[in-house]
Amino acid sequence: MVGILEDKDRIFTNLYGFQDWRLEAAKKRGCWNAVKDMLSAGGPWIIDQIKNSGLRGRGGAGFGTGLKWSFMPKVVGDRPHYLVVNADESEPGTCKDREIMRHDPHLLIEGCLIASFAMQAHVCYVYIRGEYVREREVLEEAVREAYAAKLIGKDNIHGWDFDLYVHHGAGAYICGEETALLESLEGKKGQPRLKPPFPANSGIYGCPTTVNNVESIAVAGTILRRGADWFAGFGRPNNTGTKLMCISGHVNRPCNVEEVMSIPLKQLLEEHCGGVRGGWGNLKAVIPGGSSVPMIPIDQCETALMDFDSLRELKSGLGTAAVIVMDKSTDLVRAITRLAYFYKHESCGQCTPCREGTGWMWRVLERMCKGEADMAEIDMLLEVTTQVEGHTICALGDAAAWPIQGLIRHFRSEIEDRIHHYRAGKPHVQGSALIAAE
Amino acid sequence: MPKAKVNGVEVEFEPGMTALQVAELAGEEIPRFCYHERLSIAGNCRMCLVEVKPGPPKPAASCALPAAENMEIFTNTPMVKKAREGVLEFLLINHPLDCPICDQGGECDLQDETLGYGRDDSRFQENKRAVEEKFMGPLIKTVMTRCIQCTRCVRFAAEIAGVPELGMIGRGEDAEITTYLEGAVTSELSGNLADICPVGALTHKPWAFNYRPWELKKTEGVDVMDALGSAIRIDTRGPEVMRILPRINEEINEEWISDKTRHVCDGLMRQRLDRPYIREKGRLREATWAEAFAAVAKRVSATTPDKMGLIAGDLQDAESMKAAMDLFTALGVKNIDCRQDGAQLGGARESYLFNTTILGLEACDALLLVGTNPRREAALVNARIRKTWLTGKLQVGLIGEAADLNYGYEHIGAGPASLAKLGAFGKVLKAAANPAIIIGQGALTGPGGAAVLRAAAKVAADHKMVRADWNGFNVLHTAAARVGGLDMGFTPRKGGKDVAGMIEAAASGKLDVLFLLGADEIAADKLGSAFVVYLGSHGDAGANRADVVLPGAAYTEKPGIYVNTEGRAQVMGRAAFPKGEAREDWAVIRALSEHLGKQLPYDSLEALRARLMQDHPTFGQVDYAPGASTAAGFDLKSVGEEGALSDKAFAGALSDFYLTNPIARASVTMAECSALAISVRRAPLAAE
Repeated sequence: MVGILEDKDRIFTNLYGFQDWRLEAAKKRGCWNAVKDMLSAGGPWIIDQIKNSGLRGRGGAGFGTGLKWSFMPKVVGDRPHYLVVNADESEPGTCKDREIMRHDPHLLIEGCLIASFAMQAHVCYVYIRGEYVREREVLEEAVREAYAAKLIGKDNIHGWDFDLYVHHGAGAYICGEETALLESLEGKKGQPRLKPPFPANSGIYGCPTTVNNVESIAVAGTILRRGADWFAGFGRPNNTGTKLMCISGHVNRPCNVEEVMSIPLKQLLEEHCGGVRGGWGNLKAVIPGGSSVPMIPIDQCETALMDFDSLRELKSGLGTAAVIVMDKSTDLVRAITRLAYFYKHESCGQCTPCREGTGWMWRVLERMCKGEADMAEIDMLLEVTTQVEGHTICALGDAAAWPIQGLIRHFRSEIEDRIHHYRAGKPHVQGSALIAAE
Repeated sequence: MPKAKVNGVEVEFEPGMTALQVAELAGEEIPRFCYHERLSIAGNCRMCLVEVKPGPPKPAASCALPAAENMEIFTNTPMVKKAREGVLEFLLINHPLDCPICDQGGECDLQDETLGYGRDDSRFQENKRAVEEKFMGPLIKTVMTRCIQCTRCVRFAAEIAGVPELGMIGRGEDAEITTYLEGAVTSELSGNLADICPVGALTHKPWAFNYRPWELKKTEGVDVMDALGSAIRIDTRGPEVMRILPRINEEINEEWISDKTRHVCDGLMRQRLDRPYIREKGRLREATWAEAFAAVAKRVSATTPDKMGLIAGDLQDAESMKAAMDLFTALGVKNIDCRQDGAQLGGARESYLFNTTILGLEACDALLLVGTNPRREAALVNARIRKTWLTGKLQVGLIGEAADLNYGYEHIGAGPASLAKLGAFGKVLKAAANPAIIIGQGALTGPGGAAVLRAAAKVAADHKMVRADWNGFNVLHTAAARVGGLDMGFTPRKGGKDVAGMIEAAASGKLDVLFLLGADEIAADKLGSAFVVYLGSHGDAGANRADVVLPGAAYTEKPGIYVNTEGRAQVMGRAAFPKGEAREDWAVIRALSEHLGKQLPYDSLEALRARLMQDHPTFGQVDYAPGASTAAGFDLKSVGEEGALSDKAFAGALSDFYLTNPIARASVTMAECSALAISVRRAPLAAE
């Protein structure tokens, strides 16, 4: 057996598209099975089951999904409830929702119905990333199938009127932030909203709204079918369940794989990806959760577990479980500079620290790549990241700051070497010239 | 009331307040750029960060944070200080440090906050960002490199002005504020954009590089460009009015003023009458005061009182009108009028006032506009209607020209006949708790005006618009002097002629002497051979026709009392002195009275004011609008006169918003605005 998770416990049984994604094939894999029974057990039961399963949001922040659902008003007032599915998967390194949407779209649609029912929403929007053209085509076709089979829609066989709309975004990273997504969905410029009010109170069109990641919703049906205890049986307490992990970079076989939470990082890389290119000893650092989290060096990779708490202890994070592996050939400063450019490019420009700070950090890093910087600027850069972090409306500021903090925390010497190297043989560069003259 | 602690000091606050407001209650000043009391909350500058307990271990933006019971707010901790310093550093890294050549210098929020939170050096070694300038019309100068993207201007345009023509395009550090198609902002409140800009990105184009704020002497005044009496501050340097800015008056203009109010000031230095003139052989020649007075006295003594007339203009202060009225009454003249446009108003005070008051409009839930375009005639009344309309509680109906008012309304009809058949909107008025009607001057001028007023009063009575605690009957004036004139009875004496009658009489040779007290909005070229005396500040229609010109003071150059459309008497301070040999109007009339042998019994402005208040006590009620307090004794049946209602569409009261009076017509800026407004109206966009 490879890894920990057995084939019989996989939720996404067509993750690689070896089978047909259409309704008939999906039904054979168990999708849409017993949905009516679940709904007849009632919304509170569903929410309890999800709570008991310990499912934490798969979009990156890891907030309890069942808890999030329970924040919706218990009674529908004069404002309708909405479910919005965040399929704007843009985090560099992440490609898990994409596989769900193009190979197992019915799991997502089924989850949408169940979650909407649990929160008494009759309408669900799936906001799909602009670049995901084929995925949207598949998903839209699957939605049509579901409508045709009366699985969803008005007067469907489940007895809960439910409409599902797929909305195509325009390819902005910031629209993956839940309130920016809502703004974009409303037809406005995708800029994050101030919180409070939170979407559960005032979301799309000012109505109670829950925004969930594709994976969080897509696993709901299987959790209910197989029981909360089954799901909670994987992983460590508070970090339960199975999780899609996307491994890219310097491994022999980059892949997407469904694994149990808390699988050791080393085991994940060795068994699923054929190991690090050139052997484990050739590993330099790993970004364990998508570009937004700080990297961890090889010695921490030895012991790290792929879950929220373990990686938090290492001052990193699970994020979307997009593991980016970098071996010793990697120019880490260059790599983080590229990420800094990404955040500078994707900042919405609404609030000051992120708008001004991302550009500043990127420019300093560009110079540091070449070593064309002053030693004191490393500490200055670190301070600038702390001036951005935690001072912005949304988490993009944090996401821009953390990779740089990770770089300086673990690989400060690389930057210093770069600066030394640049100055050597350049007596006209300020600083080195002074030392020579003395 | 809930309580919170600010830096350990307990304060009570009203539910719904934000942490920033609570901190201000406790006397703590919170720095801010994007937050503005009258705009929606953007929370994007991040300057107002405070530390809050209970809460996450990071600072929170106080402007957007609802205060909660037992919340502890800290504004002076090291975390807060560091956070604000960080934000300010970010704002400054791409801000050009061109304060020495920036018109905002000295009154710039960024400068002020830098004093408190700025570093003494710059750590930013990269190149600063530059942003292209945008065209925003003749009133707004842009230096967009200075912009800190606070979006106050975007929110002002969309929310207060009601013209969503500004926006932010691009993202990240490439985000820019723009007018999209680089067109002029089509709002009569656009000058306020530069006021609310916390930095020097938007400044006032007509005043660019003209002054430094610390050079200016500031005088509190009252605006006379419309009949609202907006609170203004007149800034002068030496004899010249350099700029006019709004003051806060919650009951009238909040803190906005119209573009005409603001930018008319360059008209105060042009076309001025700075010495007396006498017409000889068809040409005006410079004269001395003694010659001018003698020339007037000669003609007055040669005629009889019934062949003399007095017309007061729209910008006159109450004192000069009182003095002129006293003088001409003493001479036995009956032809006295202050209604240049021929509005059929007079009688009971409530019948010509804006009784609901401007602030009171916020309580109104159904409003009928009759023959008025408040956007042009009183831009801030329009802003107040829009503000109320935005709450969703107000429904508006309109009889008259279907203009773009920046809020939705039901167009009932174009002319007076529609007053009798309100249709569906009649039901809205019936169902409303606080219905109101606003009658514009366009509906009241001309022969049918009194009948329209009677019909409007009937609508008010039918829909119970007047009751003990609410008076929904409103007349919207356009002339600053009008209500004061009506209050003192500056109307034809029994058997006397009104303005139209006097002009007709002059044209047919039945009027020998016509005294124009700043009156320029009459048909000055149709006065026949009458001997015209003009007392005023600007060389406009009246002076052009006059046989004797007596130079007077403009509104910024004399202390005066003005009564606004609500019936609110307000006192104006003197910001500058009259030009050349010109004197304050009342003093000219006082001097003239000696030459005419009817010496007026007051030698000082104080004595004149005492007399004014003694004869007409309402002038003593400074800064007081009667509003609904007089509603109980208001007899709607006696308003106006019975008459037939024609089906002819109401005429607009103002043909051109920017050129309504002699000062505005002398202003280069107003001429530019007017030309632009006309060209915009004529040439629709390609997309249309």
